[in-house]
Amino acid sequence: MPIQTRRDDDGKTLVIRIEGRFDFSTHQAFRDAYEHGDPAVRDYVVDLSDTTYLDSSALGMLLLLRDYAGGDSARIVIENCNNDVRRILSISNFEQLFNIR
Amino acid sequence: MDDAVAEHSSPLRILIADDSDSDRLILKTLLKRLGHEVLDVSNGLDAVSVFQQEAPDLVLLDALMPVMDGMEAARQIKFLAGERLVPLIFLTSLSEAGALARCLEAGGDDFLGKPYNRIIIEAKIKAFNRMRLMHQTLSDQRDLIRERNRQLTEEQEIAKRVFDNVAHSGCLDAANIRYHASPQSIFNGDVLFASPRPAGGMLIFMGDFTGHGLPAAIGAMPVAEIFYGMASKGFNGQDVLREINQKLKRILPTGMFCCGAMIEADFKLNQVRVWNGGLPDGWLIRPSGTFLAIQSRHLPLGILSPDQFNADFERVATGPGDRVLMMTDGFLESADSAGNVFGEQGVTETLERLDVDDHPFDAMMSAVHRFTGNFEDGDDLTLCSLEMMDEAGLASLPDRAAPSALAGPAEWRCTYEIREQTLGQFSPLPLLLHICMEVPGLRRKSGEIYTLLAELYNNALEHGVLELPSEWKRSPEGFGRYYAERNRRLANVEGHYIRFTLHHSLKPDGGRLRVVCEDSGRGFDFQNHPSMASAIPPAESGHYAGRGLLLLKRLAETIRFHEQGNHVEIIYDWQFARTAENRDD
Repeated sequence: MPIQTRRDDDGKTLVIRIEGRFDFSTHQAFRDAYEHGDPAVRDYVVDLSDTTYLDSSALGMLLLLRDYAGGDSARIVIENCNNDVRRILSISNFEQLFNIR
Repeated sequence: MDDAVAEHSSPLRILIADDSDSDRLILKTLLKRLGHEVLDVSNGLDAVSVFQQEAPDLVLLDALMPVMDGMEAARQIKFLAGERLVPLIFLTSLSEAGALARCLEAGGDDFLGKPYNRIIIEAKIKAFNRMRLMHQTLSDQRDLIRERNRQLTEEQEIAKRVFDNVAHSGCLDAANIRYHASPQSIFNGDVLFASPRPAGGMLIFMGDFTGHGLPAAIGAMPVAEIFYGMASKGFNGQDVLREINQKLKRILPTGMFCCGAMIEADFKLNQVRVWNGGLPDGWLIRPSGTFLAIQSRHLPLGILSPDQFNADFERVATGPGDRVLMMTDGFLESADSAGNVFGEQGVTETLERLDVDDHPFDAMMSAVHRFTGNFEDGDDLTLCSLEMMDEAGLASLPDRAAPSALAGPAEWRCTYEIREQTLGQFSPLPLLLHICMEVPGLRRKSGEIYTLLAELYNNALEHGVLELPSEWKRSPEGFGRYYAERNRRLANVEGHYIRFTLHHSLKPDGGRLRVVCEDSGRGFDFQNHPSMASAIPPAESGHYAGRGLLLLKRLAETIRFHEQGNHVEIIYDWQFARTAENRDD
């Protein structure tokens, strides 16, 4: 599975881990990963340690997650990006919308 | 499951060719009993002609027949059938492998051995009918797909033409602009717009919508409309960007957005103002070969709500010959056959190797050419360069068709005053220009009118209300200070106002526009201002400031100052088309 999820922090944090290419082909799987409607989830972590590539449709998917998680009040951390992925996020200035670390 | 039903319910039309009357009769009786319609002939030649006339679903051929044997008949029947699958079964008592193989080579699909076995015959006919129906279904679907695809391609061609008209209008063909926008890039959501500004200078927008195909292209339409509509009315880049962002935020679904950059070039002040939200680094390249990056500092368009959107431009001082180079993602992603991408490294290496005579646009295009080898494949990129040059060398807004000068409002007067903090938030220029453009005779002078209004307004605001000394603008450092101070003081304009009074009336040979601009500032010593002297003032010698009043003097019939210098009145005359030619040069 290119996308795996797990719960941390007594189930309050949903960690979504993406392996390989994060692009349009992962669209459905990525949505399925968070659209389970569990009200206990407060925080989201998108773990990109095994993500090799990220394109503009992935940026769009991150925006969809942000909307789902409450828009401006969403609490989303994007972590462990490699340099290429980090570069794409910063060209689009996504650090203004997400906590990237 | 339609096939299964058809297999049992619909009788087939079967052609039998056999020169043995008894064999033929046996087979015919057998097939009729199974419910099929049977046509029978006794040689190959008749088989071919009946096949042509009756188009049977299945053919049973004896291998050895007089006049024309089964092999030859099989060849001709398969040829006539074309793409249609007509199962062709040889009836034979032959058992030698080579003879049987020849039957198949001639186009046969199978054999039936003599004497006939009823059960085998029935089973084979069913099996071949299944194959025939499957073939039919596949062919129908293929034809449907082919037809749909043709329609789609045709529609895209038309859409592309519409899109081209929208996206590539404006002044992209101006002498100081070079661009490459590949046809594929259009339907990958790349856009490039350029428009001259009424007051001189240019506005360029490059955008890259997320996604591919029609959804990506469709967002380009409203962006083009906003860009060209607002730019020609004199709105600045910031206003246009805000409007584009707000529109895209409203119409695009979450997850879809537009990376973009806006370049506002001012050839008079020799500066560019840039905004980059999500496009790769743009570059400013000096004639000396030095270059600096124009980085993306903003989120792409269509993501943030209007109150969160940041439309702050960066200002870069330039000189004639400086060039701005912008590109979309597709340019950096140009790949060679091994899948390596050109990348930022390719761009910076090209810039570093740039010779004095090289045009960065050509250098960049040929570098990416060399890199990819097979450039035409997957060519999906947009690259554009803009050269800073003397204002005189540029074409102005395209001349509009000369309208009847007598239509439209001719005798009117209006007063428009902006006050308080609105002074810092809103430019009245597009509105004022719009009012003046209602007069057909003034329409073809929109550039001059805009300049007049803009100079009056900027003088009133910057020197009158904000009391900024124009001397600061004489050095590049002071220039920065001037604008920083301008922003600071704009936050504190309580009790201030700028009032425009426009008055238009007809004259025998044309019309007269009188513009009065008053402000709440302390005014200035206009009697001793250098530009009021008849000699050419030092402002011509390359200073940044003092040109405003000169420009007003040159464009207007008269310019007069009243009170303590915070009340300016200009008169601008226009003539009917026949005599207007003299003033056009």
